[in-house]
Amino acid sequence: MTTTVDPTSDPAVRQALDSLLLSMADDEFVIGFSDSEWTGIAPMLEEDVAMSSIAQDELGHARALYELLAAVRDDAKDADAIAFDREPDEYRHCRLVDHGRGNWAQTVVRRFLYDTADAVRLDAVVASSFAPLAELAAKIQREERYHVMHARTWFDRLAARAGEPRQRLDAALDVLGQDAGTVFTELPGEPALVAAGILGATMAELERRSRAQLAPILQGHGLRLPARDPDAAGRSAHGDDFLWLWGEFTSVRRLDPVATW
Amino acid sequence: MSRVLATGVNEAAADGAVVDEAAADGAVVDEVAVRSALREVVDPEIPTVSIVDLGIVERIRVDDSAIHVELLPTWVGCPALEVIKGAVEDRLVAFDRHAEVVFTLAVPWTTDRLTDDGRDGLRRAGIAPPGDGVVACPFCASTRVAMDNLFGPTLCRSLFYCRDCRQPFEAFKQI
Repeated sequence: MTTTVDPTSDPAVRQALDSLLLSMADDEFVIGFSDSEWTGIAPMLEEDVAMSSIAQDELGHARALYELLAAVRDDAKDADAIAFDREPDEYRHCRLVDHGRGNWAQTVVRRFLYDTADAVRLDAVVASSFAPLAELAAKIQREERYHVMHARTWFDRLAARAGEPRQRLDAALDVLGQDAGTVFTELPGEPALVAAGILGATMAELERRSRAQLAPILQGHGLRLPARDPDAAGRSAHGDDFLWLWGEFTSVRRLDPVATW
Repeated sequence: MSRVLATGVNEAAADGAVVDEAAADGAVVDEVAVRSALREVVDPEIPTVSIVDLGIVERIRVDDSAIHVELLPTWVGCPALEVIKGAVEDRLVAFDRHAEVVFTLAVPWTTDRLTDDGRDGLRRAGIAPPGDGVVACPFCASTRVAMDNLFGPTLCRSLFYCRDCRQPFEAFKQI
């Protein structure tokens, strides 16, 4: 944070910053909304509370990132307009969070993979030359620590229990593990972001760091992270799970665009 | 608060200072007066703790045209933030001057910013204040406690159980 980048000064940097903020905001928004589906039906009461709280955190982070994006764009569209007024194919969340919440093991595996990746990504913007992003990342980091603790606890718990818990965990890791790296899909204009000091390292480097963090934990359970699916579309194509979720989270907005809720 | 304000008025009068409209109502508008007024604004979810003792009043600046207040969000997604902003604006109406209340992230709010009065207020609400890994029951002060859930009824709290007085209680998360 020694120098502050004015993203409006260079259109290429501004466009790249737009992609970065949108990808981070959409990831938090979609996983937050998806995990909020557990409210009332989690395997135990404590997890109803935990998942509701985590989902609320993520939606709060998404809102703050959308607000930052709205300020960068300065086009009279507010955070709600960005969050709710897009068609499904305009969302830029990664494929890891595009899956439905699935069963509890799938939710645990996804949270574990996503929270690990998100922590690595936040580390790469906490010293961003774009001060508002650095400040927000520093604040979010303190909250995400609790998510990581929660996800790790559940991952270890399911992995250590032979039989159905471990079988479900293994199956979830087979499917979701190959999408773990999609959090680090190369962004449009990424070299400009790194050159401007807005992003601390390339996404490829961040993916390497994230895999390095996951490896010893997975090895401790006799597991390994599958290779990234080469056909994974990254952030541009979305599946039926997301189309359904989009219908849910835009329903009030489509019913009454000016409703206060 | 009234004592502080009264003193301010007396000083202004003694100095022969120009008495503005607010002062005519018995109040000098300055940072001290505003901070004192904000001590009356409480956290909507923890009514025993003022926002000043919560440590979220980062900056108060008073100029001829407006009162500027910068607040720090406790948790980014806390739904009480808008309520607190509205309560601050309502309280500042008494100063009869335009008020600009904004949230800033320039400084991250941490639980270290809670004052001693704020920590006492948490205990009175049945919430254990954060304490570097040591959580004490707000009812009997025992540290023989067990965490039931890292997450609680609001973003900022965890759930605990006291093994001595056998009360479930909430604890403020440390950030």
